[in-house]
Amino acid sequence: MSKRQPTVVPLRKGQTGRPDRGNPLLPLKTTDLCFDINGKRIIDQVDLAITSDGISVILGPNGAGKSVLLRLLHGLLKPARGEVLWRGRHIDDTLRKRQALVFQRPVLMRRSVADNIRFAIALRSFPDAKHRLDRALELAGLTSQAYQPARALSGGEQQRLAIARALAIDPDVLILDEPSSNLDPGATLAIEQLIETARVEGKKVILVTHDLNQAKRIADEIIFIHHGRIIEQTPSPLFFNNPTSNHGRSYLDGGLLV
Amino acid sequence: MQDFSSSFTLAANLIWSAKPELLEIITLSLQVTLSAVVIACLIGFPIGALLAVAQFRGRTALTLLFNTLMGLPPVVVGLLVYMMLSNAGPLGFLQLLYTPVAMIIAQALLVTPIIIALTRQVIEDLYQEYAEQFHSLVVPRRTAVMALLWDARYGLITTALAGFGRAIAEVGAVIVVGGNIAHVTRVMTTAIALETSKGELALALALGFVLLFIAMTINASVFLLRASAARMSYV
Repeated sequence: MSKRQPTVVPLRKGQTGRPDRGNPLLPLKTTDLCFDINGKRIIDQVDLAITSDGISVILGPNGAGKSVLLRLLHGLLKPARGEVLWRGRHIDDTLRKRQALVFQRPVLMRRSVADNIRFAIALRSFPDAKHRLDRALELAGLTSQAYQPARALSGGEQQRLAIARALAIDPDVLILDEPSSNLDPGATLAIEQLIETARVEGKKVILVTHDLNQAKRIADEIIFIHHGRIIEQTPSPLFFNNPTSNHGRSYLDGGLLV
Repeated sequence: MQDFSSSFTLAANLIWSAKPELLEIITLSLQVTLSAVVIACLIGFPIGALLAVAQFRGRTALTLLFNTLMGLPPVVVGLLVYMMLSNAGPLGFLQLLYTPVAMIIAQALLVTPIIIALTRQVIEDLYQEYAEQFHSLVVPRRTAVMALLWDARYGLITTALAGFGRAIAEVGAVIVVGGNIAHVTRVMTTAIALETSKGELALALALGFVLLFIAMTINASVFLLRASAARMSYV
């Protein structure tokens, strides 16, 4: 059975599909954000401001608190202290409906590929549901596998489906937690093309990774995090050419951050 | 009293010749049990799913209660239903005692806690997997419950079959509320009890074989269902 690769409209790095309008959920600001697990501080006094479109990559070693930070931004976790404000508003169901989160291990329902996408589309009552489904399948390169059980797909296909499902509900912000960890280069490329498509469509992408090369390839902005603290937040070229922190420099040099 | 070997021969003949008396008992047994299981599922699936998904005061106590009721002694259920349906009871005016309907009520009461407890477990396991995604997608509670029930369908069919197995093999409750009246409320288990007490082992054995066959069919169905669901990554 032939498997179609996702398609993407090429776009210059940093350019979005709607540079003029700006993203309706931005700026994202956190103030004094803290989160503890069993008395251990995982996120420590994070003051973050994401103001521009494009792709912001939260980079850092394993255990830095990247995934927890994502969950706090999306409102899946409640902070011990501090606040998260999307364009001045606390995260709630209304705001969350305008975002989409794709987990590191994609959560796919025990249904067919098409039914997974249909479920998400039905939640938002879009009038063009059929068109959205067809487009999402095409985007994920899974049209020919539409009626196969979603959980029987390969890891890369599952992640593509999860991202296409997220895009099918037309979020303003796409949040991705290590979307290509443990995937081979081909599958990683397909995922990055999907992310590029999201950027082209003007969605703000916030992505967590510990993969330096991936960050280099796709990021417009790097938020480097270590031990639950933001060490630096700079445009991507600046981070990779001239990191301002010792931790950042050490991480780029392949040093072990402990 | 027949000797064992002739009892087996007679039992085989009874089954082979499909005696109307035997068929009548088997048919009534299946009707009563299937009705009870359908009712128990209609009540038990949504309650079990809500217990798995909803957070409210007393949830743990309810869960414990239904888990405890899984081991409810059938004769106690029979006694309670008898007291409700007897002429002196609150539902005596319905004149349901010693009818198949009374037996269905008793079996449904017996099986519902089993369906609720097993459903809660099946749905809770699945919900743990889906919870963050549902939260992220802002899935309404009702939609979430319906989605979980659908996605857990293979596990729930197994649950229903477990309830069916419990109900079809039950004797204590149906004999109390049904009375084991020939051609009216005589089912396989009550007939086996009666025939054994009379020393007429052939019919008892024949019905025993049918019960065993049904139990085997249920187990085989569960096995095949799970294998099929696993092939599709649905469990």
